[in-house]
Amino acid sequence: MIIYFLCLVLFCIGLYCILRKRNIIKIIVGIIIAEYAVNLLFILVAYRKNGRSPILSPDTEIINMVDPLPQALVLTSIVIGLAVTSLLVVIAMRIYEKYGTFDITKIRELKG
Amino acid sequence: MSKEHEQGMSVIVKTVTRLTVGMIFLYGVYIVLHGHISPGGGFAGGVIIALSFIHLMLAYGKDVALRKLSKKTASFFESTGALLFLAIGLLGFSGGYFFLNFIPKGEAFRLFSAGTIPLCNIAIGLKVGAGLFAIFVALAMLKLEKGEKK
Amino acid sequence: MLELYILLIFMIIGAIVAIEVKDLLSSVIAVGAVGLGLSIVFLLLKAPDVAITQLVVEILCLIILIQATLKKDLPFSTTGRWFFNTVIAIGFIALFLYIAKDALQLLPEFGNPIMRVARSYLAEGLTKTGAVNLVSSVILDFRAYDTLGEATVLFTAVIGVLTLVRRQGRKKENEVIEKDDE
Repeated sequence: MIIYFLCLVLFCIGLYCILRKRNIIKIIVGIIIAEYAVNLLFILVAYRKNGRSPILSPDTEIINMVDPLPQALVLTSIVIGLAVTSLLVVIAMRIYEKYGTFDITKIRELKG
Repeated sequence: MSKEHEQGMSVIVKTVTRLTVGMIFLYGVYIVLHGHISPGGGFAGGVIIALSFIHLMLAYGKDVALRKLSKKTASFFESTGALLFLAIGLLGFSGGYFFLNFIPKGEAFRLFSAGTIPLCNIAIGLKVGAGLFAIFVALAMLKLEKGEKK
Repeated sequence: MLELYILLIFMIIGAIVAIEVKDLLSSVIAVGAVGLGLSIVFLLLKAPDVAITQLVVEILCLIILIQATLKKDLPFSTTGRWFFNTVIAIGFIALFLYIAKDALQLLPEFGNPIMRVARSYLAEGLTKTGAVNLVSSVILDFRAYDTLGEATVLFTAVIGVLTLVRRQGRKKENEVIEKDDE
């Protein structure tokens, strides 16, 4: 139960960064950290005590395997996260090109 | 030739890159092809293939990497991967339903086994590798364009 | 399981450094440390596929972020409603934690997952698909629809990046030319 709580703390750090920081790159960093925490929670739920990885072996029979389903979901989620991060970075670079800053409060002042 | 040598990083980085980049690419292909019998699969292998081209681009500059794999070719491979994956799904209708494993399974623990799964891995590897390389080339070009403007 | 706690605390410290340090490049590299720690945690939790993917994705993510932040300044603005913003952020996180407390109690105990669906995957995976790597058989055979959706999202993201990056559109060029003519 403590380990779920530590995972939640990691998510809250990311959430605080998204809500509080004003630099766009810092906001992207917060999104990445929150995404890591969610992926970690899925794998933690799938873990089985004294389990083995879900890959069969030719000579020995493995009985105590971890849950393969959340691992498959996380595998796709990681690659989607990379694509979304690169999209966010491109938007941030376009904003920097237009306004010359990463600070979102300054961008609001320059509107119009 | 002399202009080529001016771009990119120092001679040490270029020499090490020349020795290692082929092995990185081959490792990516190995990870894709052995996705059904060992850890790995299309996603990880595709990203490793993209990283090998990005390694070339960081060390030798933009022109050398784009001569090996241009942006248009990367877009073509990405679309091919997506369509190939969809086609494998649709071919399942020949036996009944979407994504049916219609090829004989073969013997387990061999490279040629598991029906359509290696083909799907190859399609996803093409798609992920080419797509991520296209994203990186686009980012590098954005930076270049901005430098020209100033 | 002690190493798991140590790695998680290392990741939390890395995340705090990443969001509080003032230099953008240091911040991005701290995120890289968090991601590599996460990769080792996946390996300890017996998920080698996810660990390999996380490792290589982290490297690519770091390269893209460094390229975006290189030689850019971070104007540190202390003006504005500093106190008000902090109170709202902390209040929101406290509300989130209060709700998450109930949800945590409904989760299965660490080490004993509910494997209602996965049990049949583990039992019939080899005979039904022929793949030895059961994660691979889940993503490409039992749940191939998920992977198709993922491919669609990746394709959309690539198209979005290429659209945002291309040079200015035709309409705007004409406008510029007309202005020049006038």
